[in-house]
Amino acid sequence: MRQALRICRKEFQAYFLSPIAYIVIAIFLLVTGWFFFSTFFLLNQASLRNFFGLLPTVFAFVTPAVTMRLFAEELSIGSYETLLTLPVTNRDVIAGKFLASCAFITAMLVPTLAYPVTVSLLGSLDWGPVAGGYLGALLLGAAFSAIGLLASALTRNQIVAFIVGMAICFGLTLVDQMLFFVPRALLGTLTYLAVDSHFQNIAKGILDTRDIVYFLSLGFIGLYGTSLVLKAKH
Amino acid sequence: MIRVERLTKYYHDTCAVDHITLDVRQGEILGLLGPNGAGKTTTLRMLTGFLKPTSGTIRVKDYTIDEQALEIKKILGYLPESAPLYHDMLVYDYLQFVADIRGVAPARKRARIGELGDLCGINEVMHQPISELSKGYKQRVGLAHAMMNDPEVLVLDEPTSGLDPNQIVEIREIIRQIGREKTIIFSTHILSEAEATCDRVAIIHHGKIVADSSTAQLKETLGDRSRILITLAQADAAAVQRELATVTGVSSLAVLEQTDGHLRLQLECALAADPRPEIYRRIKQTSWVLLDFHLETQSLEAVFRELTKES
Repeated sequence: MRQALRICRKEFQAYFLSPIAYIVIAIFLLVTGWFFFSTFFLLNQASLRNFFGLLPTVFAFVTPAVTMRLFAEELSIGSYETLLTLPVTNRDVIAGKFLASCAFITAMLVPTLAYPVTVSLLGSLDWGPVAGGYLGALLLGAAFSAIGLLASALTRNQIVAFIVGMAICFGLTLVDQMLFFVPRALLGTLTYLAVDSHFQNIAKGILDTRDIVYFLSLGFIGLYGTSLVLKAKH
Repeated sequence: MIRVERLTKYYHDTCAVDHITLDVRQGEILGLLGPNGAGKTTTLRMLTGFLKPTSGTIRVKDYTIDEQALEIKKILGYLPESAPLYHDMLVYDYLQFVADIRGVAPARKRARIGELGDLCGINEVMHQPISELSKGYKQRVGLAHAMMNDPEVLVLDEPTSGLDPNQIVEIREIIRQIGREKTIIFSTHILSEAEATCDRVAIIHHGKIVADSSTAQLKETLGDRSRILITLAQADAAAVQRELATVTGVSSLAVLEQTDGHLRLQLECALAADPRPEIYRRIKQTSWVLLDFHLETQSLEAVFRELTKES
């Protein structure tokens, strides 16, 4: 575990060595800020519901961009070999990179705390759903990170990793919008698979174990898949 | 120290390494020689735990790679081919990361990186991004990476490939310096390098070990033929040929070069029957001027070519 934390620290620092981190954060803040505040004064409600409603879609784009380089870059320049012949296990490497991505998403969410603060100055804000929303955002970020990590381990091309990761995350967020195409028998399963309803439950401030288990299992599948892919490379 | 037994690796259906058995003693410098694609890198990758062997065992000290890979990684420093390192990190930051992972005590980290900086000559690039380094410096950073925790075994994959002659000499010097105390295995396809640095060489061809002995021994046992080179002045080629071709032990005679009075000859002969005294006696009886007369035992290069010839 200590090795994982060391790798996590290195990866987290590496984000801020390349322009990717700044670009991703800037785009994230611009997009969420614009969509949130462009309708905020029209609705005239002191809530962050709009912001959190938007988050799964934005995360489906942003998270794969954060995770795309984690394995793909190592595989393409060959540093993967240097890393794995240090005294670390596969598990350390995966955990370290996953934690680094989660830490980055947390860092990306920190500036958005300005939104609830602004809103609370303008009206009486209910802080419960806000806390729930941020917890949900972290769970969502972790689950998408795990999926993005899997996409990154599959290829040595960062662009392919980004597109594959985005396709899966985007599919998961949109699947409940397309239910009218789907036969009745699959309806229940697909509704359960959709990210949005689980996330919106938490964002309303309802902490249901079903929703939490959903995000945890999504994360587990991503990380386990990654470890299988990496094992196959030996 | 290291014991490799019947090591085999298949990539799908192609056999990259075929039942290799190797023993490396403590403090020995072993050179792994072979043409491109012979299986050198695959062997080293299995040795360092990066690839899983299809079959066979690897033991380093008392550890086996199947069960105690982590223990082996701890006492083994590895420099992969062409030193793939993180591009965007500074050299110092990178070495610090390696020191962390290698478990160098925090108090000693600074001193250790300083020592390696002196040994590998990378002090002047410590604060540059790795992507901006020349190939030679990158290789040295890789070497510093491999030696971070003063490992007992050092595995280097083509440590001098792509370097200029000065850098090659420097890297070799470093290897020899470390090799006084450590066990080193390195692969190369440059023969003079193996000859200059190794105590022992193993030649790999098509995934099999075709020779494994000390450099001197290798030349002796396999180089059963030798050459005598003679340069004469004021001599007539036809007369020389007539005179020397009949010496016992000389199997063939060829005129290499004939320029204004100088005549360069090459005589092939069996090593066992040294014909030199007889040749000298015959030349002495004539009026030729002897400018050069020496014996060349077969070079490692010739041995290598002999062993790795496509049949």
